Amino acid sequence: MTRSTADAGLTGPAATAEAVAAGPRAARPTSWSRRRRLRKTTELSILLGPGLVLFILFVLGPIAVGIYYSLYNWDGYGPVSDFIGLKNYTYAFKSDDFVTAILHTLLLTGLALVIQGPLSLGIALLLNRKFRGRSFMRLVIFAPYVLPPAVTAVMWSLLLQPDGFTDQVFRAVGLGGLVSLWLANQHIVLYTNFVVLSWQYLGFGIVLLLAGLQGIPIELKEAAAIDGATAWQVTRRVVLPLLGPTIRIWVFITVIGSLQVFDIIWLMTQGGPAGASDSMATYMYRTGFQNQAFGYGTAVSIIMFIFCLVFCLAYQRFALRRDTAGALTRAVV
Amino acid sequence: MAALATADRARSRGHGRWTIIPATYLVSIVILGLTIVPLLYVFLDGAKSNGQLGENSIALPHPWVWANYGSILTTAPFWQFLGNSALIATVATVLAVGLGSMAAFALSRYAFRGRELYYTLFISGLLFPIVMAALPLFALLQDLGLTDNWLGVALPEAAFSLPITMLILRPFMRAIPGDLEDAALVDGAGRLRFFVQILIPLCKPALVTVSLLAFVTSWNQFLLPLLVFTTQSHFTLPVGVSVYQSTYSSNTALILAFTMMAAVPALAVFVFAERYLVAGAAGAVKG
Repeated sequence: MTRSTADAGLTGPAATAEAVAAGPRAARPTSWSRRRRLRKTTELSILLGPGLVLFILFVLGPIAVGIYYSLYNWDGYGPVSDFIGLKNYTYAFKSDDFVTAILHTLLLTGLALVIQGPLSLGIALLLNRKFRGRSFMRLVIFAPYVLPPAVTAVMWSLLLQPDGFTDQVFRAVGLGGLVSLWLANQHIVLYTNFVVLSWQYLGFGIVLLLAGLQGIPIELKEAAAIDGATAWQVTRRVVLPLLGPTIRIWVFITVIGSLQVFDIIWLMTQGGPAGASDSMATYMYRTGFQNQAFGYGTAVSIIMFIFCLVFCLAYQRFALRRDTAGALTRAVV
Repeated sequence: MAALATADRARSRGHGRWTIIPATYLVSIVILGLTIVPLLYVFLDGAKSNGQLGENSIALPHPWVWANYGSILTTAPFWQFLGNSALIATVATVLAVGLGSMAAFALSRYAFRGRELYYTLFISGLLFPIVMAALPLFALLQDLGLTDNWLGVALPEAAFSLPITMLILRPFMRAIPGDLEDAALVDGAGRLRFFVQILIPLCKPALVTVSLLAFVTSWNQFLLPLLVFTTQSHFTLPVGVSVYQSTYSSNTALILAFTMMAAVPALAVFVFAERYLVAGAAGAVKG
């Protein structure tokens, strides 16, 4: 957005007041206009300053400092002196454990998109009508999303214990043959994690899409129906295209969330057994914090950040560009 | 909301109603089961002895054993964790919404060079989830002497809540008619007074939404307090749950009861705040 359009969009009196100030008086600044300008600067510093300081100190600062730490061999304590250049990065990409963690993270992200996406969409379309108990349903569907992920993780790790609740349910309904060591079998554990992640986050997608669906004017659907469109055609040709912006935001939030998944995996399996459920974030925590390879862990988090950034830029370029009201897109231009 | 209600009424009169409603109920029941049953069983199994649990997790407790819940509610850790979580989430929310609304005011209703740049800077924070910044953040907190200190968790959480706060508040503030501001200025109010006495009350719906988002985000945060705290009496509820799990690993029924108690505050707040959280989700879409 250019500055001129931004100013044109401003509805406050500042724009008009400034236009006046920029008039004939501008050439010969009086003490009055100087005082006004000083006052505006003071107000702006009071309003903007504290937030900006907090944000730069705790959000941008650590990222910048992280890039610096990632170039050192450092244990997190004492002086940062052992400069090793990009060795942390090359080591990371040569490490089978980390490459596996990257693949797991990408797999979880992909699964979220192809399984949670259509599922949320289908359920949202079904629930987007008036029926008895609808607000209760919406409440129940959204509930897991507000649980602390740590609580979800501990809860499911207990329910999934061998011979625990889940196994007993499987046996009770005659599916005892499917029972496995959900959290200990290397071939299953990642998918177990995915199911629990879906349990927590599916409701968010459904509620987000429902909110989007309710923003679609009923007249458009009625007009299409009157013109002879079937229910499927109305959904496919009218509803889905109009839901585009909501779906694209859901994809954005889901990908960013999946790339940094930590709490649930860490508390259910600590990335194990033997790294079989490691994500980039659990790998980062274990190597960087627990094993005190702090500089290396920081390099891993910078790599995570680069994944995030690349996705955002590509997504902005190819998908979000079409949304006019994309404040998110402006962030990455 | 009125418009939505009308739309729904119109929709329910539309065709196809009788084929789709049964499917809606079927899907509803399945979701209900998958969502509520696990939670219900955490509660029920917490009211069993470990012996009962081993024999049968599915049946109702027989007899009901309230000792697990009793011991949790009458000992210090649960209340300490709860208190710590509440303190940290409250301070993080007040800071994020307080400083965020001031900054959003400056960036929505003042014209100055670099305004869009500042806004972009804040919004770019959406790209930095707290997990990715955690390690260097921890090093910074060490330098500031804020490790094992609740401020070391509350301040960064407030900072990381600023982007979404700005994203929702700025368009909201922008949409409030300039005439109101003109009138206030003509009547002799300064712009700061206009902000406090007129704009803030008008922004109440958006403020409730961003407050809830900041509060829930802080309440659920796990990695940062895990890094920052070393003393058990400082732990927040999520960290407390995880510690409880590893401390009493053989006493499954007790951990289940504790997990249930840890879920209750979030669910209780949620039941009356759901409307605003959904509005927040919708607000994020509209950008």
